[in-house]
Amino acid sequence: MNESKSSTRIVLSIFAVITSIWLVAPMFAVVPISFAENASFQFPPQGFSTRWYESFFSDPSWLRALGNSALIGLLAAIVAVPLGTIAALAISRSTSRLANVAQMLMLTPMIVPVIIAGAGVYTFFLQTDLVGTIFGFVFVHVCLALPLVMIAVNASLAGYDRSLELAAASLGANPLRTFFTVTVPLIAPGVAAGSVFAFVTSFDEVIVSQFMVSPALQTLPIVMYSSVTRSTDPTIAAVATLILVSVLIGFCFYRFVVVPLSQRRGAKA
Amino acid sequence: MTAPTPTGITGTTQDSGHGEGEIVKDSNILSLRGLTKRYGDAVALNNVNLDIRRGEYLTFLGPSGSGKTTTLNLIAGFIEPTEGSMLLENKPLEKLQAHERNLGVVFQHYALFPHMTVRANVEYPLKQRKMSKSDRKKAVDKALEVVRLEGYEDRYPRQLSGGQQQRVALARAVVYTPPILLMDEPLGALDKKLREWLQLELRRIHRELGSTFIYVTHDQEEALVLSDRIAVFNEGEIEQIGTPRELYDAPVALFVGRFIGESSIFKGIYADGKVKAADYELQVEGSISTDRAAVLIRPENMQISHPGGGDFTESAVNRIAGEIQDMVYLGPARRYSVITPLGEAIVRVPERVAAAAQIGDKVLVGWDPADAVLLVDTEPAEQVK
Repeated sequence: MNESKSSTRIVLSIFAVITSIWLVAPMFAVVPISFAENASFQFPPQGFSTRWYESFFSDPSWLRALGNSALIGLLAAIVAVPLGTIAALAISRSTSRLANVAQMLMLTPMIVPVIIAGAGVYTFFLQTDLVGTIFGFVFVHVCLALPLVMIAVNASLAGYDRSLELAAASLGANPLRTFFTVTVPLIAPGVAAGSVFAFVTSFDEVIVSQFMVSPALQTLPIVMYSSVTRSTDPTIAAVATLILVSVLIGFCFYRFVVVPLSQRRGAKA
Repeated sequence: MTAPTPTGITGTTQDSGHGEGEIVKDSNILSLRGLTKRYGDAVALNNVNLDIRRGEYLTFLGPSGSGKTTTLNLIAGFIEPTEGSMLLENKPLEKLQAHERNLGVVFQHYALFPHMTVRANVEYPLKQRKMSKSDRKKAVDKALEVVRLEGYEDRYPRQLSGGQQQRVALARAVVYTPPILLMDEPLGALDKKLREWLQLELRRIHRELGSTFIYVTHDQEEALVLSDRIAVFNEGEIEQIGTPRELYDAPVALFVGRFIGESSIFKGIYADGKVKAADYELQVEGSISTDRAAVLIRPENMQISHPGGGDFTESAVNRIAGEIQDMVYLGPARRYSVITPLGEAIVRVPERVAAAAQIGDKVLVGWDPADAVLLVDTEPAEQVK
């Protein structure tokens, strides 16, 4: 009995390790390539150099694309997070049947194929001269990010006890104070997750952005995409490695700093 | 809906309080006038009139859906009445928002803020009242002392047991000395032993604070233990309000008699000052306005005798034959369940005088008409038992 249990565990562990490698390895393949000496995607790469990092940091078009993406991502998150949070709160407390319809409508950007949304946005934006503008990008990315924010906030609302608000009212707190002293701290983990999702959604959006770019306004994913389709330039591998490292740092910060802190405070993480 | 019953009888009752009879509880702190709450066509509360006395421990007792929690939520301001008014210290209450009412509320599931320590929770209402930091500290320490939770200031709610959490909730609701404390089944989520201990704690705290407590429960034993007065709710109306003793000894409605304590209930036709039931003609005291009668006898007023009837007191003129179906030892007393042609009779006999009657014995049960309560049978005719 015990033996069969432990053998099952060994088989399962091996399976898990293989699956993890399968999922993660392709991502890390870019790391050695980014340090290659020659302009090729040959694997394993030959030699060692940091020239592709130098190329990234010395090329104004890469840096401008990075700046654009960061700015658009931030603006998209700043707009999408309050909107999505308020929408999730409103829908969760509404007793109207329209609330379900609203929920469905707000989640459609996740269901509709992005390429269709992109084509639709393109025809609309051409007529309104929004193609190639920061406003246009932010506008579209907010639409794409809203459902993710809503889902994240909804998740933290699932364990949220409405009687806490009645308690706050009975103790003399007006609705606004109740919102900021009770509701916001308790749904903060969901809002934080929603902010990350919103930023990342915008930051790595390629498909709709394809329709939106102009020579004057390029985003990082677009430049990466055209770089890899037009030339054999390992700069993209350097960029990818940089993004990977920042994501890892962000994740570790969340996992080992934010979560332990919020657990110590007793909030539901 | 139900038969017309007097609602909101304030009556003239003598409050014994909890051993502090010298406190005069004469003036009313809160009055409910024609309070009604409807959800569409459904009536949750129908024309409730009630005067709540300063400093009393008043319990709203009733089954679920009887309107007791609705009434509490209306007083707290969590819902708005469809009709009627509420007067707190002779000032209209329903115009105020919940956060402007300055009442204390304790919830069944504690409703402590999980992201705040015990101190921050208890301090919360004081911060809303812009109290200075040193005054806040004094008040919090005092409140935690009242609920015997000194030393727990820096814990988070999830680090406390259910009973401790409910005591924090209590401290938080009394720290700003609200004139009335509203409690919605605060012990409902706790196990029996803890509940009984906290009942005694609540009595002590009520005595120490001297404020008015309004307490909702569906547990009649809890109501009897805690209350100065009990308002019995049924189907959105108050059936009776009175001291525990009045409700037990003199229920004015069959529902109240059934809900509080145990009793034998015999139904029959009322005519010429007597109640005819099966082959028996029962002597009764008092009169009722319809012919559908229910005679209610508490177990300790019911007597039991061997078939000769020699064990009865002389005044026990109503005598019914039956067979003992069950017998339970209760320590100081014995409880017999006797099946009679009129239904089940419940008899409680002190152990030291208990007859040597056994299950299956043919016996007589009997009672003094003065010890029985004559009520109108308001229940559907089919219901037997």
